[in-house]
Amino acid sequence: MSPSIKAREFPHRHLLGIAELNEADITQILDLSETLRGINERPIKKVPTLRGRTVINLFLENSTRTRTSFEIAGKRMSADTINISGSGSSASKGETMLDTARNLMAMNPDVIIIRHQASGTPALIAQHVSCAVINAGDGTHEHPTQALLDCATIRKHKGVPGQGLKDLEIAIVGDIDHSRVARSNIMAMTKLGARLCLCGPATLMPRDVEGLAGPEASERVRVCYRLEEALEGADVVMMLRIQNERLGAGATRFANTREYSRYFGLNRNTLSLAKPDAIVMHPGPINRGVEMMPDIADSMRSVILDQVAYGVAVRMATLYLLGGGSFGES
Amino acid sequence: MPTMDYLIRSSRVIDVSGGDVSGASGPGANAASAPLDAEVDVLVQGGRIAEVGKGLAAPKGVREIDGRGNIVLPGLVDLHVHLREPGQEYKEDIESGSRAAAAGGITTMCCMPNTRPVNDCRAVTDLIVRRSREVGIARVLPIGAVSKGLEGKSLAEFGEMKEAGIVAVSDDGRPIMDAGLMRRALEYGKTFGLPVVQHAEDLNLAEGGVMNEGAVATRAGLRGQPPQAESIMVARDIELVEWTGAQYHVAHASTARSMELVRDAKKRGLPVSCEVAPHHFTLTDEACASYNTDMKVAPPLRNESDRQALLQALADGTVDCIATDHAPHSEVEKDVEFDCASCGMLGLETALSLSLELVNDGVIDLRRMAYLLTQGPARLFSLDAGIGTLAVGSPADLVMFNPETRWVVDRNAVQSRSKNTPYHGRKVPGQVLLTLFGGNPVFDRKGLCDE
Repeated sequence: MSPSIKAREFPHRHLLGIAELNEADITQILDLSETLRGINERPIKKVPTLRGRTVINLFLENSTRTRTSFEIAGKRMSADTINISGSGSSASKGETMLDTARNLMAMNPDVIIIRHQASGTPALIAQHVSCAVINAGDGTHEHPTQALLDCATIRKHKGVPGQGLKDLEIAIVGDIDHSRVARSNIMAMTKLGARLCLCGPATLMPRDVEGLAGPEASERVRVCYRLEEALEGADVVMMLRIQNERLGAGATRFANTREYSRYFGLNRNTLSLAKPDAIVMHPGPINRGVEMMPDIADSMRSVILDQVAYGVAVRMATLYLLGGGSFGES
Repeated sequence: MPTMDYLIRSSRVIDVSGGDVSGASGPGANAASAPLDAEVDVLVQGGRIAEVGKGLAAPKGVREIDGRGNIVLPGLVDLHVHLREPGQEYKEDIESGSRAAAAGGITTMCCMPNTRPVNDCRAVTDLIVRRSREVGIARVLPIGAVSKGLEGKSLAEFGEMKEAGIVAVSDDGRPIMDAGLMRRALEYGKTFGLPVVQHAEDLNLAEGGVMNEGAVATRAGLRGQPPQAESIMVARDIELVEWTGAQYHVAHASTARSMELVRDAKKRGLPVSCEVAPHHFTLTDEACASYNTDMKVAPPLRNESDRQALLQALADGTVDCIATDHAPHSEVEKDVEFDCASCGMLGLETALSLSLELVNDGVIDLRRMAYLLTQGPARLFSLDAGIGTLAVGSPADLVMFNPETRWVVDRNAVQSRSKNTPYHGRKVPGQVLLTLFGGNPVFDRKGLCDE
């Protein structure tokens, strides 16, 4: 492995969100992921890069695929990965955030990966620890590694080399309001030059959502409430999961899943409005038959499993950049 | 404690109790006597204001204090504080809260009823009044609950609580959602001469939002609540005021629409008033973007256009007073996830300085500021005639501060038992040098009154 891949010093200590990254940072992670992806296809899927480093997977909200993906990424880089799972807030345990952070630091980790139900928790923890913090999804705020793996997948299938995602038409459909994946993707994709159409019922569209792209790029983001309009001419169709678990509080946002599916579900007919070679994505887990018909999920157009594969590569890249890894060691 | 006598020499003394700087302008606004605003001496004898004038002779034994370069106001009046006693003394108690008030130049404060137990009956009111007299650092005038246990169901004992010393009723952080109860509370309040203070927030519309709804909440992934959650409630209540003719006060009004509604109600001659908290006229929802839980407050910090509307309303007379909503919380409530953190900020020690920022920024003048911090609030809750004034014979409650001195707010240097100030690190104008309460120096930064 050539040492030149770390030619650029990665200018961040933590990965708390896409918001703090610029185009060059994102491109650096994506390029490194492409390099590291090869490791995952070797017979012996392990490099010594992070040997002796300790990575804590702190998952305080249910997750299987993200936790597994981070764990595999750490292990393939030879880090010692420890999983801590649980649920609930520090408050519900009568602890403060500082208590949580002190307990973690007592284990002397190099990287803490945090999944938490409350927005901002990784940022708050990062203020109190001396190691790197990676946000693995916090509330309805951000899920940066998911956006990075989505961009890596799109770049591979649709991108022009050296052009990022420039001028690609991407439709993101569904529960934008409760989606950290959507927030991170809106920021990442617009930073890489894409044009976005966000679609869903107005009840699931957060206020001033175009503003997520920042003042310059916000004109490349539009909102529409008709699926047909969103899909027209799309290169990429990303369907979001209806998050029943987050829909409990407050007034209802739509009548029922039957009606939701009828107006916002992706099926063969609606997909035909997109470009003939459009790819279909979903961050998983899919509510089959709600946001996406099963035949679409399993079709040639679907790159859902590529997303999962890129997930490991992107997380390896992130751990490499933040975990103090080096390819110079043997 | 025997009271010393003091003669404060040559400060700029502002007392608006004699004139009208309520914001009304034009002919007749300045009718009877003009407000006092001059470089004069203030003589304090036997705990009362004995004389105010130029070149006063110093009676024997009086301590003379050089007040040159400083401003003297009547002790400030804060209609909205949380002192946490009884029940949550780990956050604050009447003594620590009174010390914080004294450090901020506040000598009279009205404490909200969300104590444990709730101040919904005479026994609790009695306790608060007795404790504050024992402490003797500030005048504490309780606000009673509207409903028993703040449950929003049945009326509390307004009459007996009034006899024990309450000056208004409120369910405070629990908005009176039930319009029927609100109507009866207004009528029952009118019966006993008690204004009803509303925390205006339609909880169904707020949907548990932890900050203002808008671009910042969307970016932070925090659940927002729209400004209409407040203004809808204000509009509903004004309808009921029109029907009942009872006195109604909007606590910590925070939105542009609320200001328009109150302004309109006043034009129609309705007994509607409102207070604004310093954090709403100095901070916006951008402060929540970093998940700093000291910025979490109810109603939430709003956006810049709401803040501008508050400044306008502070200047034009729509706002009746500045009140802090001083709400101490410990790290157990604040050093947690933003979603889980309690709402509230310290306010007593910074209100004067933040109000002075308004003066320095040209939003209001010093007389109007004095009104908003003294006479404005004192009139609203019909407090005793001697409160919020330096009229001869009044209790000698006053604050002397240097308007030029700038200081940096430090959460570790507050008098309050809690540290949840949103202003940590902010450089602000106006340092309180001396606070007298009933003629006693309850805060004396430089030992001016020392023997």
